[in-house]
Amino acid sequence: MRTLELDAPGWTDHRAGQHLDVRLTAEDGYQAQRSYSIASAPGDGIALTVERLEDGEVSPYLVDEVREGDQVEVRGPVGGYFVWDGDEPEPVLLVAGGSGVVPLMAMARQRARVGSETPMRLVYSSRTWDDVVFRDELETLGVDVVHTLTREQPPGWTGYSRRIDAELLADVAWPASESPRVYVCGSTRFVDAAADGLLALGYDAGWIRTERFGATG
Amino acid sequence: MLISRGFKGKRRDAPADRVPPGQYVTDDFPVLSAGPTPHAPLEEWTFTIEGGAEPVSWTWDEFQALPGETITSDIHCVTKWSKLDTTWEGVAVDTLLEAVDHDAAYAVAFCDGGYTTNLPLEDLVDGKAWVAYGYDGEELDPEHGGPARLLVPHLYFWKSAKWVRGLVLRDDDEPGFWESNGYHLRGDPWLEQRYWGD
Amino acid sequence: MIGIAELRLDGNAVGGLLGELFGVDLTAMPCTCEGCGAREQMACLDVYVGAGIVVRCCHCDAVMVRIVQGRGRTWLDLRGVASLELEE
Repeated sequence: MRTLELDAPGWTDHRAGQHLDVRLTAEDGYQAQRSYSIASAPGDGIALTVERLEDGEVSPYLVDEVREGDQVEVRGPVGGYFVWDGDEPEPVLLVAGGSGVVPLMAMARQRARVGSETPMRLVYSSRTWDDVVFRDELETLGVDVVHTLTREQPPGWTGYSRRIDAELLADVAWPASESPRVYVCGSTRFVDAAADGLLALGYDAGWIRTERFGATG
Repeated sequence: MLISRGFKGKRRDAPADRVPPGQYVTDDFPVLSAGPTPHAPLEEWTFTIEGGAEPVSWTWDEFQALPGETITSDIHCVTKWSKLDTTWEGVAVDTLLEAVDHDAAYAVAFCDGGYTTNLPLEDLVDGKAWVAYGYDGEELDPEHGGPARLLVPHLYFWKSAKWVRGLVLRDDDEPGFWESNGYHLRGDPWLEQRYWGD
Repeated sequence: MIGIAELRLDGNAVGGLLGELFGVDLTAMPCTCEGCGAREQMACLDVYVGAGIVVRCCHCDAVMVRIVQGRGRTWLDLRGVASLELEE
């Protein structure tokens, strides 16, 4: 993964959880477009943390090729539903599958930025420890972080080592009695499984906000 | 238009006479869909041609018993990717139409999931179209339209309707799912007939 | 190979496109399905990318919106949306 910081003249601030649509045009006019969640908190500029997908068309360019001074077209910020501003009273549960952690990181950073004391917990699923992004920073933000590593665990790992399911969520999610505010982000398969797991805990569907990432990069 | 230095995408080079205007060649087979993948059980699957003197229908077993062919063709998607030398197995639409007494000028293909696409009969006959149940030597994957899809490679690939269940023969040209909302009624890639008015 | 479930996105994916057309972000705006009457925010609806973009009701799968873009135009079919509520 690589974090790109963008300068956009005329940019109005974004909200934590929003994304940008990025369009690239090749010299022969060929165009490709993808959406990327903003990793930075509002007021901290525009940071996109991009996962390089092996078969991707855009992400290998953004991760391997892009240099300072290069230009891309962006549209946004986009999103009025999958957003957290920091003044909402409920405790927050963030559920991340792989690169789905990016918009949730913006929320965690926002919480720190505004000095919020709202309880916030992140349940973060990755394939291996090397795939975990924002690893160190997450320890400093005052957010409870629960990792699960689904493919390979480092020696001595005592954490979860399976895909998120209802039992895992029952262990780590806020009780339904707290009426938490939930944000789930990742692949469609991940989001559907996590949302089902939360409903099984007695969560109200209206508490759960979801954002599904496509598999094309 | 802002050019992003060094961006190329995943295109590959191909002889110009194989690539219609505005298209780029890929080695992938992108999966595009207008809706959830249907899963019709084969015991219930039928292919029906309506609009002739009377409806004609085949069950899956009857369909498999029809003479099949292997087709090698380039395919061109209106979203600008082309894939060369794709191979399919299927039954020629000519074979199916032999069983039907009709004088229709147009057809609408209908599919599980509700998708439709319209074509002139001319684009379905004389070895130009098939109902395909095999791709690249294997059973056609549900994501690519299995158990069977229409295959009309000389037109943009939205005409090669996935999960096809039959044709309705008509005297007039009735726009299908995409043709009623911007895509061209005919869709010839060599004339770049992508949208209304092209 | 992309799995079947991955083809389905949600209304967040068309937020930028529709926001550009309408001049306002629609992702949090409720839409009512013409087919079954379900009322959900745009972000909750199912989105499929085919030759064009299709937005479907997340309850009954009915087609709510079709979007085709080309030659400097956008064709927007909203027949499946009984009502789109825009907040001031």
